Amino acid sequence: MKLEFYKKKDFWAGMMFLGIGAVAIIASRSYPLGTTLRMGPGYFPTMLGGILILFGIYILVRGVLSNEKIPGNWSPRALIVLPLSMVLFGLAMYHLGFIPAIVVLIFASSASGRGFRFLHILLLTVFLSLLSVAAFIWGLGLPYPLINF
Amino acid sequence: MELFSNLIFGLSVALSLQNLLYCFMGCLLGTLIGVLPGIGPLATVAMLLPITFSLPPVAALIMLAGIYYGAQYGGSTTAILVNLPGETSAVVTCIDGYQMARQGRAGPALAIAAIGSFFAGTVCTVLIAAFAPPIAEMALKFNSPEYFSLMLMGLVTAAVLAQGDMVKSLAMCVLGLLLGTVGTDVDSGWQRFSFNILELTDGIGFVVIAIGVFAIGEIISNLGDKEERQVFTSKVGSLFPSKDDLKQSIAPIIRGTFLGAFFGVLPGTGPAIASFSSYIVEKKLAKDPSRFGKGAIEGVAGPESANNADAQCKFIPMLTLGIPASGTMALMLGALMIHGIAPGPTVMTQRPDLFWGLIASMWIGNLMLVILNLPLIGIWVSLLKVPYYLLFPAIMLFSSIGIYSVNNSPFEIYLTAIFGIVGFLWMKLECSPVPIMLGFVLGPMMEENLRRAMLIARGDPTVFLTRPISLAFVIATVLILVVMAAPAMRKRRGDITG
Repeated sequence: MKLEFYKKKDFWAGMMFLGIGAVAIIASRSYPLGTTLRMGPGYFPTMLGGILILFGIYILVRGVLSNEKIPGNWSPRALIVLPLSMVLFGLAMYHLGFIPAIVVLIFASSASGRGFRFLHILLLTVFLSLLSVAAFIWGLGLPYPLINF
Repeated sequence: MELFSNLIFGLSVALSLQNLLYCFMGCLLGTLIGVLPGIGPLATVAMLLPITFSLPPVAALIMLAGIYYGAQYGGSTTAILVNLPGETSAVVTCIDGYQMARQGRAGPALAIAAIGSFFAGTVCTVLIAAFAPPIAEMALKFNSPEYFSLMLMGLVTAAVLAQGDMVKSLAMCVLGLLLGTVGTDVDSGWQRFSFNILELTDGIGFVVIAIGVFAIGEIISNLGDKEERQVFTSKVGSLFPSKDDLKQSIAPIIRGTFLGAFFGVLPGTGPAIASFSSYIVEKKLAKDPSRFGKGAIEGVAGPESANNADAQCKFIPMLTLGIPASGTMALMLGALMIHGIAPGPTVMTQRPDLFWGLIASMWIGNLMLVILNLPLIGIWVSLLKVPYYLLFPAIMLFSSIGIYSVNNSPFEIYLTAIFGIVGFLWMKLECSPVPIMLGFVLGPMMEENLRRAMLIARGDPTVFLTRPISLAFVIATVLILVVMAAPAMRKRRGDITG
């Protein structure tokens, strides 16, 4: 079983809970703990961090002992490109305006899938732009400039 | 009769032109998105949530409720027509519904599903109206220790009964509670876990977590699946069920409704458990059980009524106690709070228009769904053919615009992207993200009640055991934990939910 644990699902789940619990406790140390009678802002998070660490240890040990691997396929491309497309959308909304942001988001997020059908995506962009402008800008009255160079 | 005067007052609120319109829009949008493959009710509600923030609270809640059961109904439609359950509760509907569709009886299956859901919705509206006031009245006597124990019970039951690994679900609950502490502490004004980021001092927006995990994370996960989905649609045919169909369905619809209502008030028991139990009951009671799995109409009527009853009765603990019994209810609770309404038993007395208006609108919404869905089946079917590569950019777009509109700042967008990645990792590690939402929404309330309880009891933690109502909640929590952790139960639970 040695060195095999890096493939194991619960090993990583346990590590995650353990890590977050530890961060919570360390960060809470700078907040006043108070007493049980008068709890300070650090009391509750420290308590939760402790519970999380206990859960983490249990799940981690169970994970190392079991043989369950992380299941299924995953797409590294989607994992990187999809969040990135949202970041681009945020930047474009702030600096360029509503319509450029829509175009950027749809093209960037489409690129995270398999196969990129340019014409389809272009039509989709036109359709969704019209729909969004009608629904969000005219319908709900959101205060965004359509184009803002 | 107070019950009826209350319902009539509710109807007068719900029947205002504005509220009627939002109810209609909610049902329509909910069904529209619910029908689209790969988006369940939770993701639908999360995605459309920001749109409702600019509405008045009553209209917002009415619209959200419409979206919720619209999406639920949309899921059943896809289950029957193309064997694709929009969400877990529709898995059971697939078994016989799709068989009926293959025999050219999709129309009657859809009609029975709609009639069953409508019946269940009607009964549950009355049930809510009858039981919510006494529960809320009882809850008014609760003090902080009772509230804390009640929330503890709600969280533990939800985590333990939800799908997936019990220990990991509990850990996810705690993680949710922890996420809820981010931001300014109301009591002391300390900035917790904000890491000097100005935007975090208000806490993490719950829309950010909901959309990040349930919409973005889901898409990342879907894009990793190797196979492209193939959709074969069958002809719907005549919509009208025959006399025999109706006769066979009446009893299952009634039984399903009450089963669903029972499971509905239990936290954590998703509609999947309700519809599954109903299916098993119908199969056991049938004269000829072998018809099941080959297009038995009872196998559609019972479970469909059960899951609608379940979905609707989930509102009881949410409206009366402020305890979300499911992920969607956690979102509704969050929506209430965004509108400045403190959830709990006081909602009924302080905002009777909201309380009774929402209840009455549920019935109107159910009626609308029947009127809306059956004639529009053709449109829903054509929506099913939208390929995923056109669908997910649209979901991304509407989610992103929604989040941006909450604070008009890009920060929330970046945070959502991060939660998308994290949500995907959670799914990969099989840590169910629903308990996070429950913990996150309840977190601040739990902390406040814990602090107050300790003040009342002068720092003595046994206060939770010495007050009878609180003790009852603690005992119930422990019992549920023990029973569900027992090896025999764990195996059976795996059979039902896994």
